[in-house]
Formats: sequence, C-alpha cells, structure tokens
Amino acid sequence: MAGKIITISSGKGGVGKTTATANLGLSLAILGKRVTCIDADIGLRNLDVMLGLENRIVYDIINFIEGRCRFRQALVRDKRFPELYMMAAAQTRDKNSITVEDMTKVAREAAEISDFVLIDSPAGIEHGFRYAVAPADLVLIVTNPEVTAVRDADRVIGLLEAEELAPAQLILNRYKPELVRRNEMLDPDTVIDLLAIDLIGIVPEDDKVFGAGNQGRPVALDEHSRAGKAFRNIGRRLTGEDVPFEALRKQTFIQRLFGSR
Amino acid sequence: MDETPITLKGTADGILLKPRSHVWATVLEALEQALKEAEAFFRGSRLIMELGNRELTQDQLASLRALLMRYDIELWAVLSENETTVRLVRSNGVLTRLPKDTEAKKSPDDVLPPEQQALFLQQTLRSGQSIHYAGNVTLIGDVNPGAEIVAGGNIIVWGTLRGVAHAGAFGDEETAICALDLQPSQIRIAGYIGRAPDGRRGSAEPEVARIEGGQIVAEVWGRRG
Ligand SMILES: Nc1ncnc2c1ncn2[C@@H]1O[C@H](COP(=O)(O)OP(=O)(O)OP(=O)(O)O)[C@@H](O)[C@H]1O
Ligand SMILES: [Mg+2]
Repeated sequence: MAGKIITISSGKGGVGKTTATANLGLSLAILGKRVTCIDADIGLRNLDVMLGLENRIVYDIINFIEGRCRFRQALVRDKRFPELYMMAAAQTRDKNSITVEDMTKVAREAAEISDFVLIDSPAGIEHGFRYAVAPADLVLIVTNPEVTAVRDADRVIGLLEAEELAPAQLILNRYKPELVRRNEMLDPDTVIDLLAIDLIGIVPEDDKVFGAGNQGRPVALDEHSRAGKAFRNIGRRLTGEDVPFEALRKQTFIQRLFGSR
Repeated sequence: MDETPITLKGTADGILLKPRSHVWATVLEALEQALKEAEAFFRGSRLIMELGNRELTQDQLASLRALLMRYDIELWAVLSENETTVRLVRSNGVLTRLPKDTEAKKSPDDVLPPEQQALFLQQTLRSGQSIHYAGNVTLIGDVNPGAEIVAGGNIIVWGTLRGVAHAGAFGDEETAICALDLQPSQIRIAGYIGRAPDGRRGSAEPEVARIEGGQIVAEVWGRRG
C-alpha cells in the first residue's frame, strides 16, 4: 500500500515549516517508519541543511523531473536512519520549473517506497504552494500564535477547502505560555477557535531549535528538548496513536493556578 | 424576440454572467452598463461566465478581462462545453470548472426581485474569501478577519463577525447587520462606514447594527423599543 502524503504549509513565511518537516521526518523514522522528505521550496533550499544532509546531495528534484537521473538517485539517505530519505530542492532554479503534475508524480513515486512522504511547502499562496499541496492526503498547517500568521493560515485553509483539496490539521509553533499569560500572545484556544480545524500539536518556543537547525541535528533527536518532545508526539499522532495533549493541558492548569485569562 | 444581451446574477461562488447576444461588443456594453450601476456591489468580487457550446476567441477573453479589471473584478471561471474554448481559457490561467458543484448553490430563481432573495450558507468564511450577493445573506458560521460579505440586503451572521460586512450595497439604508458576536473590523450599511473602536470586544450578546441619526449604531438584540 502506498504511503501517506503529507504537505507542511503555512501561508506566512518563517513560521517553522522546514523545522517541522525535518523534525517530523526524524520523529517518524524513530518510530521505525519509512519516510521520504521532499524539499519543494525550489530556489530556497533549506531542508538539507536542517537534516544535516547538505554535503551528500548529488541530484535534486529538478534533475529527476528533467530525466537526468533515476528516482532512487535523487534520494539522499539519512546517515542516522537508513529508511529516512530526502529529496533536495534545486537551489539554482525557480518554482516555475515544476508543474502540479511533476510534483504529483514525484510524491506518488515516493509514496510507493515510504510509509510517509513529507513535503516542505514554500511560503505564500502562489504556484509553489499549489504544487506542494496538490498531491497531499493531509496538509499540516504551521502557524505561530500571532495575528498575521494566523490570518495567513486561515487564508490557506480557505483555499484548501474551496478547492476541495486535502483536509488540514494545525501545528501551533513557537508557543510561549508566559507571553500568553501576560496577554501579549494569542492563546491557543483563540487560534483553534478561529481556524476551526483539528489541532495535531503545540510546539513550544525552544532555544535549542535554532542551533539544532544549523547543525543539521533536529531537536527531535534531543531527549531534553521540549520542542523535540512536542514534534515526537506529533509524529506518534500521525501514525494513529492517541497521544494526550500534555503541554497544552499543563499550561492551562498553570494558568488556572495563577488565575489568568 | 427582444432578449436582453446578458443575464447577471449573484451566486455563492461569484457573479454569474450568461451572454445571450451573439454580438460580443453588445455583451460587453451591457455588462459595463450593469457594472456601472452598482460599482460598490461588484468591486472586489469574482465572475463566472457560462458559455454553453459557444466559442470564445483570445481577443474576446482579453477584452472581457480588461473590462472586469477596471471594476476590480476577477474573471474566475469560464464554463464551456466547447473544447477549443476550454483549452484557450485554461491556457489563460482561468478555471474551466468550479471546484465545488455549485449547481445547488445558485440563487433560488430569477422570479423574485433581488431584495427578496436570500442566500443561506453554512461554513467558516475565511481570510481572502468574499461573498457578493444581491439579496439577503445568512451565514451560519464565523466571518474571520480578512473575509468579506457584501449584500444588497441584510446580513445575518450566526457566529462571530470579525471580518468586513457591507449591507445595503445598492444604497438601501433600511438594512441591518446582525451577529451573535459582533466584532467586525469594519461594517458598512449603504453609504455609511462604521469601524469598531480599537480593542473593542463584542458584547456577549447578539447585536444588530443599523443606521440611526446619520451613523451606524450597534445595539444588543431585543433591547429596542
Ligand atoms: N519552536 C521553535 N522555537 C524556536 N525557534 C524556532 C521554532 N520553530 C522554528 N524556529 C526558528 O524559526 C526560524 C524559521 O524556521 P523555518 O526555516 O523552519 O521556517 P519556514 O516556515 O520553513 O520558513 P520559510 O517560509 O522561509 O521556508 C528558524 O530560525 C528556526 O530556528
Ligand atoms: Mg522553509
């Protein structure tokens, strides 16, 4: 049976799509799943760096589409998990080098050899977004608890709904409970209420994410990182496991203790 | 028979245009006339053209787009049974079929005058989405920030109104906007504009906004008279 194709998208840039793709790829690999991560951000290649696979790239997705290499050759195998693969974006090309049909073909082919295919979508709602979500069975919308990011997430969800594309679930990233308590950040309930889609996980702000991204060692591999744990939990939820929303509950409990909100 | 050159009506998906005249210039002329008469209503909306098996040329498509652009209307879809036309339209980046089956959602009929027609929707209206409808609009769901409802008649939102609502878009000052939770970024009734005071959280109770004494006033539902 073909694997599940999941696109990670957001509308607004810089909210953590690539971070989420890398970490969920590893989280699923930790669970023993066969995973292929595809960097669909043509021209702004990032995923390879975050996964620490930059220096292993020989061919990229455009090389495959243009028939310059075989599918397997365009895959970079992870050094930690032999069943985790990445397909790199082309850094020297732009998004117009790919059509919806190309992306769909690549994703389907990857699904043949994987349990999960994760597609790291470019920001925006233009062509890059459209080819990235086209083959998806599920779209994970990443947002931050801030007004502009939520508004853009809403726009993206609206486009998915109007065109009857895949169902969407929400990752709320960079959550800072102390800011919510001081009323300086949108609280998760407000965001979820507004976006009206299912929540799959809340990832806290975590200083370790930045360094981990630079070193190619995503926080999902770090036992002590809170963000890493949140990503691993989302990975488990993606496999169908019923993992309670620990972080959220704990926060609301603390909030209740301090009588805020 | 003396047919009108076009028919134009509001649907949940956009304005539906059906050319009747076979002279393209006449079609465009009639369309421009109609758009001129209700600019405020059409501005920012999108248009669907239904062609049947009639053929459309690149020039005709371009002239239609140019006209619509002047009125800030997007040519969203051209529905055609003609294969050449479908290919032409697609190559111009315009949809040739609607994402959802909209047949069921078209306005009830042409028999009622627009102010007596009503559109009923059950969904979250999200950022970037807009409803333009000549009659009354009832929405069960929220209108999110960045979304918009423009109606010739009244607007009722059974949910939270956080986006923009414009009732009486053809100039009817007797229309009202009601919401369970009224916290819009902006409301308009006929030619009046009301903006929520910054930081206003809507009342916990349903409210209705209408024109009173030359301005838009929002009151808790049921507390009147
Ligand atoms: N939970 C987190 N805690 C702290 N920093 C984070 C977190 N998530 C992401 N970041 C930081 O935010 C920045 C942007 O992340 P990332 O590159 O993943 O975003 P993106 O959505 O892929 O951006 P783009 O739209 O440019 O592709 C990075 O510097 C990353 O380290
Ligand atoms: Mg990215």
